[in-house]
Order: sequence, then C-alpha cells, then structure tokens
Amino acid sequence: MPFHTHRLANGLQIIGETIPTARSVGVGFFVNTGSRDETIPVSGVSHFLEHMLFKGTPRRTALDVNLHFDRIGASYNAYTSEEATVFYAAVLPEYLPTAVDILADILRPSLREEDFETEKKVILEEIGMYEDMPSFAAGEYAKKIYYADHPLGNTILGSSQSIVDLTRDQMLGYFNSRYTAPNILVSVAGQFDWPEFIAMIETQCGHWPSDAAVRENLRPVPGAGGNHRMAKEGVAQEHVMLFSPGPSAEDSLRYAAATLALAIGDDTGSRFYWELIHPGHAESAGCSIDQSQQSGTTGSSFSCEPTKAAENLEIMLRVLAEVQKNSITADELDQAKSKISSRIVRHSERPMGRMRSIASAWIYNNEYHDIDVELNRFESVSLEDIRKVLERFPLTDTTIVAYGPTATEA
Amino acid sequence: MKQDVNHFTLPNGLTILAERMDHVRSATVSFLIPGGCSYDPPDQLGMGAILAEMLSRGAGERDAEQLSLAFDRLGVDHGETVGLLNMGLFGGTLARNVPFALELFADMVLRPTLPEEELESVQSLLIQDLQGLEDSPQDKVMIELRKRYYPSPLNRDRCGSEDGIEAVTIASLRNHHRKQLRPNGTILSIAGNIDWSMIRDKAEELFGDWPMAEVTKNTPTDGVPTSEHLHKETQQTQIAIAFPSVPMSHPAYFAARGAVGVLSSSGMSSRLFTEVREKRGLCYSVYASHETLKDRGTIYACAGSRAERAQETLDVMLAELRRLKDGIEIDEIDRMRASLKTSLIMQQESTSARAGAIARDWYHLGRVRSFDETQREIDGLNVSAVLDYASAFPFETPTLVTLGPAPLVLPA
Repeated sequence: MPFHTHRLANGLQIIGETIPTARSVGVGFFVNTGSRDETIPVSGVSHFLEHMLFKGTPRRTALDVNLHFDRIGASYNAYTSEEATVFYAAVLPEYLPTAVDILADILRPSLREEDFETEKKVILEEIGMYEDMPSFAAGEYAKKIYYADHPLGNTILGSSQSIVDLTRDQMLGYFNSRYTAPNILVSVAGQFDWPEFIAMIETQCGHWPSDAAVRENLRPVPGAGGNHRMAKEGVAQEHVMLFSPGPSAEDSLRYAAATLALAIGDDTGSRFYWELIHPGHAESAGCSIDQSQQSGTTGSSFSCEPTKAAENLEIMLRVLAEVQKNSITADELDQAKSKISSRIVRHSERPMGRMRSIASAWIYNNEYHDIDVELNRFESVSLEDIRKVLERFPLTDTTIVAYGPTATEA
Repeated sequence: MKQDVNHFTLPNGLTILAERMDHVRSATVSFLIPGGCSYDPPDQLGMGAILAEMLSRGAGERDAEQLSLAFDRLGVDHGETVGLLNMGLFGGTLARNVPFALELFADMVLRPTLPEEELESVQSLLIQDLQGLEDSPQDKVMIELRKRYYPSPLNRDRCGSEDGIEAVTIASLRNHHRKQLRPNGTILSIAGNIDWSMIRDKAEELFGDWPMAEVTKNTPTDGVPTSEHLHKETQQTQIAIAFPSVPMSHPAYFAARGAVGVLSSSGMSSRLFTEVREKRGLCYSVYASHETLKDRGTIYACAGSRAERAQETLDVMLAELRRLKDGIEIDEIDRMRASLKTSLIMQQESTSARAGAIARDWYHLGRVRSFDETQREIDGLNVSAVLDYASAFPFETPTLVTLGPAPLVLPA
C-alpha cells in the first residue's frame, strides 16, 4: 500500500495510506493531549474540551457543525483517552474536502460561554451515567489505586465538582497550550488523492500556531501493590482487577506481550477461559496490555457473583503464577498468533481501522508498516520473546483491586 | 453497483447465500437458525441461551478443548448468540479457511455432544449473566420495556429467568436441540473473498443429510402493553419508550427508517439529539431506533437523565416525536438519505455486515435486496412519504418504562 508523509512549516504532521480497493475514506486529527496532561484544578478539561469542539467556531454555530457533517452522511465522532484527543470522520470519497473543512475548522473552536454552560450539564450527565455502571466505576477506582499520584491515574471525565468549578478561561488556557500544530497529527486512509489532501490541510491548518507542547511527568509507574476493596451500596456483581507492569507503546516487546495477554485472557480458548468461564465460575474474565507513552500496564480482571469472588481470585492468581513459572506452550503461542493475524486482516478492511493503526504507529514510534509487515511482527514472536516479557514484566507483581456490594464485605 | 450474490436451497430447506467480495481477504460465516428465546419452553426460560453456549462444548469427534483449538488454529473468531426469533452462529476468518470453518460449524449444529457434566457450569454462567444485568441499567430498562410492550412469547429475553435456567435438564436440552435446530427455516450466509461453487458443494456435502423437522408454532397472545416505573437508587433515571411500527416486509418500512433518521439516526443534527441534548443539556445519551420482527416493527426512544431533570427529558422527547407529523424540512430528508447511502456503501467494506445483511433480507423478504434496489428506495424517500408514515403511526400511545429513584408522569 502506498504510504505518504508530510510536515507543514508550522510542525503539523500528515500521514496517509492509499487503499485502491476502498469504497470510503477515514480521516482523523490526533491531538497529543489527554487526562495525563491535566493538573488537578482542571481535571476533566481534555474530555470537556473534546465536547466543546463540536459547539462551534467563528464560521459555524454548534448546530452548523452537526448539520454540515450530517449533510455529507459522515460517520463521525471523537474520543479522549489518557494521552490523546481524537476527532475523526469516515465519508464517501467525494465528501473528503468537506469533512476536512469541518474537522479543521472545529479544531479552532470559539468556546462560547453560553455553549460552555450548556455542555457542562451534558458532561455531568455523562458522569452520572457512568456512576450507575459499576463495571466502569470499578475501573476508575482501580486506576486511582494502582497509579496513585501518577498522571496516568487521572480520571478522564473529571469529578462532578471539578467540572462544576471549571471555567471557560481555564479551558481556553489549556487549549492554547495543547492544540498547537506540532502537537497534532492528521491521518488519512482509504480512497483519496495525496497531493490534493496535503493542499487541503495546508490551506486549513497552515496558520495554526507552531509553539511546542511538552508532555511532563513521563516518570515510571511504581504501582501501588497490595490488596484493596471498595464497597458500594446497590452493586450486584463483584468486579476484580489485577495490575502489573507491562511494556510501553515504544517497547519492542509489545508484540510478544500482546500475544501473551491473548493466550492468557482472550474471550475464548485462553487460560482464563478454561479456568474461570468454561467451568461457570465467573461471568467474564480477560487480560490485556494497556500501552502508553513510556509506560505500560498488564491488566487482568473478572466479574462474578460476589460469594464466588475469593475463590476466583485464587484461581486467577494461580494461573498467573503458573504462566510466570512455566510460560505458555508452543501450541498456545501458535493459536494466539493465528487469532491475531485474522483480527488484523479483518480490522484493516475498513479504512477507519487502517487510519487508526497507522496513526498509532507514527505517534509512538515514528514508523509505518503495511499490513503484511504488521502480520510478520506477530508471526515472528517466539517463546524466547515471551520468556523475555515474563522476565521484565512479572505477572506475579500484582496490585489487586476489588469493587462490589456492601453486603459481602469481608 | 456491482454485486455478486448467489443463492441455493437444499432439498431439506436449508438456504445458502453467498456474496463474493473480491476486494477483501477475509470472510464471515453466519447461521440464522429458528431457535430464538421465544421458542424456550415457558417453564425453562433461558433454554436457548444454554443450548447456544453448550454447542461449543464438544461436537462431532472433538471435545470442548479440541473444538476450541480447531477454531483458534484457523483464526476463526466465533460466537453463538440467541435473539428473540433466531439463534445466531457466526465466525470471521481469512477467506481461505472458510471450508474448514464450515466443517466445525456443521459439527456444532448437527452433532453437538451436549455433555451432561457441562450443564451445571453453563447454568451457573448464565445465572451470573442474568444477575450482571442489575449493574447495567441501560440494558435492564430495555429488557423490562420489551417484557411489558410485546405479547408473550415475544416479550422474552435471551437471559431467561433464574428458575427457568435451573429447570433445564440434559434431557430437555437435547430435546430442544432436536426440535429447534432444523434445516427448514435456517439460513447460512457467507460474505467475503470466496468461491461460490466451492461453497455450494461444501454446504451440500456437510448439510445435505440434515433431517427436516416440524416447525414449532409460537403464535403471540393478545397482550396489552403496560407502562411501569421500576425503582432503583441510581444517579440517572433511564427512560425507554416503545411505539408500534412496521416490519421490514411492509411497504412503509423505508419510510419508518426515514422517520427514525429524522428523529435520531442521521447524526447529531437530528431532532432528539438537537432538542434534548444540544439545546438543553438534559442528557448524554438520547436516541431512537427501529426494530423489526417478522410480522411487526417497533420504534424505541431512549434516554437517561439525572432524576431531577428526567421529567423534562421525557416531555421534550415526546413533544419531538409527536410533532414529526406536523412537518419536515427537505434538508432533514436529504441528511437522512445521505446517512443511509453512506452506511449502504460502507457495508461493502465489512464481510460481517454483508453476511448479516443478506441473511436478514432473506429472513424477512425471502430474497436479497440488491444495492440498486435499496438505493432506489432511499432515493424515493421524500417529505410526504415520511409525513404519511408519521400520520399513520403517530407516536400517540407510548409504552413507557422508567428505571430510577422516582416515577415520571406521562404527558397527555
């Protein structure tokens, strides 16, 4: 697949992969900012700002933004994570210029006071919605425990209080320091013309400020250690999470680590499946690697009927200890690899999937690989690599966090 | 638009559909089998879900572990789900692995071991699943709404009931399998980079001997929908409303989809999102959707708002639904059509979307609607078609279920 890259004079980066057989095109603006870049007084500002970008610009009212996207039938949205705020759209090829016009425009928002106050209510509703979902609330609590005062433990939504207290001027200050050209990547994949695309971005974004934005606090995550539990009235299931260190997004062991996590905790056919789900002990169980800039976490979790929780925790700890001691078998490695290959191929068939994959590879490692190279990276994972992962990131080095109903509290 | 769909019905009634997509490497295999939870025995609700889970616990010559291993080696991500009317089996993989995947599915459907020693584990899993719903208010409120809106047995949920799950025995399960998993009425659909003659031969070889079985009746009773408030100490009150609509086979089906488009599904500029969220900040999530069964359709409208603002949310939602019949702008129709057209084209980049779409078409219409025909239907949508729909189905008699700290008042 032809890959292209370009950098504007102000530092904005552009990457693209042309897919001749695609029926559509996916485009995304990746702003290198998220909850880990927030200070306590502005907790939740990255996510709130993401919402405010849809509330209009000097050229568009809030309703115009939505109308203009909808008139071209775009499939569009945005999301905020610990370290990225992403605005994206998938459209039919003839509408790419309009999609880029809207996306680039909303990246320079008006942040009008009246819209700010209305959207504040929406954010408070979103916080309320997640508070009512124990699996989510459990994750938030666990993150706070494990990361302690490390910025990766910052909540993405913020708290009701921090959102109520946040002012429009604080948000503007954050915007000015983070939404600068060198801190933004534009990624495009699918059916499009590269020179035309560069020209569009140049016209729309060439005047954006070129100040550098620095990410601070890239210190390692020590991990809290220990065994923690929060009891909450009205919760039905017990949600248990185990964290240990994992490879960062830049670490060459990330392919092996992702393969290992799949062998341990995939939905079907994994160690956790056979030990916890298949016998009917737990309702769900999984293992995954959360990769961030210069930091990574291996997370295992399960949810179950509260009276079964203690026994299930013992099972999960035993499985992790066994893998730590004896690793996985060659068969398990092969199964995990064949599942990953199939998933990569299917994920890549949508331009939006490729748009995200190439952006992530470029942001963290300044590299591009087409699907076949990506497949090869997983194909070449050996048992020796898995052993290296286990040595550097022991699965037994866990912090345990539980969240469940008051009644069964120990 | 170019489209390559083939169809063949075996003498035993099994329908085989295949859509060739030569621009992809993958393929999705899907089975729709008439064994949804509406066919669960009334004293064993949850039977369908137990059966679906048990199918992967050993089939043909393979025990559970060997079967799982065989799927994994082929890189087949597979799933077994139970809907209201059908049981669904599906698997996504590289196109070259389809013939082997079909062999595994044939074992699961025709020759599942249904081992007695696994039944208790599956029951425990499904009871926990059921309890887990209490931690998911948005799912819970929809299940409770369907329970009160549809007549029996269409008001059931795949999760069943605790008593029902516990009442299932290995004998009743094996009997349910014999009765409900039958070729007549089953649709096997495959989309991806596949070769039709190979698929056809393989399917014939694997499923040709599958014996037909009598069609079980599940005629709905004459139930009357009822509204209800369910108490739960939550931050938000969940609001779920149902209105009668038309099924996919009805001439007004696209007009119904058009109405839902104007109200909700054609993006963030549609009416519910604009009025409830964007202008008033009443909620984070608000939407309307269309559901089609074989003989009837339903339009749902849902939102969640903090308890003190939930009444206003409900009032604004109902006002928006009811004023649809009073007029629609041409621009709203254009946006709705643009969104339908985009999703039609983007479906062609997903083998799972196409395998699902051709099976659904066949189930509801007895044929596969071509892209051109769908495009014509979309182009034919205009203001008067949607207004006519809104007048014929005027959103006047809502069935409302709320879940939260306090009941709401249904405006007159």
